[in-house]
Amino acid sequence: MDKAAIVGVGMTAIEKNKVHDGFADMAWEAVNLALSDAGMSIDDIDNVVTTSNDFWDGRTISCMAVSDASGARDKNVSCVEGDGTFGAFYGLTRVLSGVYGTTLVTAHSKGSESVSSLITNASFDPIYERSIGMDMISAGALQASAYMHRTGTTAEQLARVSVKNHGNARHNPKAQLPLSIDVNDVLASEMICDPLRKLDCSPVSDGCCALIIANEDRAKSAAKPPIWIRGAAFCADAYHLGDRDLSRADALTRAAKKAFAMAGITDPAGRIQVAELYDAFTYQELMWLEAMGLCPDGQAGSKLEKGAFDIGGRLPVNPSGGLLSGHPVIAAGLIRMAEVVRQLRGEAGDAQVKDPSVGVAQGVNGLCGQSHCVWVLSSIRP
Amino acid sequence: MSTLLDTIEPMIYQSQISVPYTWWAGDTAGRFLRSLRDEQKIMGTRCDRCNRVFVPPRKTCPTCFTANESWTGVESVGTVIAVTVARRQLAAIPKKVPVVFALIKLDGADTALLHTIEGIDPDRVAIGMRVRACFTDQAGATIDAISHFEPVE
Repeated sequence: MDKAAIVGVGMTAIEKNKVHDGFADMAWEAVNLALSDAGMSIDDIDNVVTTSNDFWDGRTISCMAVSDASGARDKNVSCVEGDGTFGAFYGLTRVLSGVYGTTLVTAHSKGSESVSSLITNASFDPIYERSIGMDMISAGALQASAYMHRTGTTAEQLARVSVKNHGNARHNPKAQLPLSIDVNDVLASEMICDPLRKLDCSPVSDGCCALIIANEDRAKSAAKPPIWIRGAAFCADAYHLGDRDLSRADALTRAAKKAFAMAGITDPAGRIQVAELYDAFTYQELMWLEAMGLCPDGQAGSKLEKGAFDIGGRLPVNPSGGLLSGHPVIAAGLIRMAEVVRQLRGEAGDAQVKDPSVGVAQGVNGLCGQSHCVWVLSSIRP
Repeated sequence: MSTLLDTIEPMIYQSQISVPYTWWAGDTAGRFLRSLRDEQKIMGTRCDRCNRVFVPPRKTCPTCFTANESWTGVESVGTVIAVTVARRQLAAIPKKVPVVFALIKLDGADTALLHTIEGIDPDRVAIGMRVRACFTDQAGATIDAISHFEPVE
């Protein structure tokens, strides 16, 4: 692959309810932060990809409504419906096409403005499934039951993911839910859908993230050293939950293998120094780690208990606090990428991992991880 | 602006998008739903290349990307392969909680059907349980013609 890099990142604070900012206002803030981070002006942006979801936004062609605030007027602007990592993938391909030297990618949503359960219920098939009333949480709970049944992962181990990530968020000024909690607090929180308790679930959030991808030539003019895209791949599984082995994430395994191979990494567990994963629920962080080959199958829970995934551990996972500490749907995966960029630049403050040079970010689209997008990022030029 | 909002309620616009939809079941789902209504029988489609039976039936096999040409009946008894008990009355749930959601692999099928389980203490549901489909003639040709599953004695 030709060389491309992330040269600017910007994100709003992740909040429960952003009463001061509409969709375009959030985009304006994130885009300007990304431009200033890159030392660029909007004139340096060759094209724009916005990422959003019409159902969440409650409007048709929602992506075009933020185009003005994203500086897209008089430019080629295109849209992706799905997680921000998929928008970024499209943005990357546009840079690699040679037509554009830079792509600005944005992703936004405001979970506070609708009813999450009804929105995610509508992702189920209307003929076969929707009427029984499942949503993202009950679907996640089904997957958690299958994963725990197969691997023997315990509720206490799930709780430790929550303790770690909410604890990490205390060092992230943009996180929504920094919490000092222990395992007992998680296990005493409200049972929403067995085995998922309230503190096993990510919150409803508002937020926007923007990042700028540049080709090698244009990356030279950026204000900060570029963070190189060493590998990027995505892969989807079957749509119906009952068609998949829900206890595994085969699509993630395929996407990760491809992304690591592009980066020349044969031993991801040994080489990756920081990971930002899509922990919409506690069990997912463990499941995704195993599926990506960052940990042997079924052992993520016990390694977590030994501190392997702490900020000071062997492989720090979600040092930002992850989705458990703030989950603006759509923006969530792009935020994972931005957080890895901050880590690789050494800008993560008290959440900083010691001298990482290679990191991985993951985004998810679809219920129970139907499709995954994996990014291998590095401060080292390929 | 920011101090203004500290002292007054922010402006909000409350609305609701209500658009009627008519989703045609199509030939494949239509045949399945008719069998539920008329015969209380659960049908699946078979991929003759993968030798897999899909319930609910699909016209195409997601694995080998060919058309599923043949139909086969499956049992109305099956095994729970994933299960959860919804305890909070989430907005999408039409019945009063606790509600048990499960993926059920019916005998003779290779994929699992999403549905609810009733007639059991929710604390006793578990993966591996055997359950049986219960039908109603009140739901017409819809998936709700299977009203729920219940444990096999």
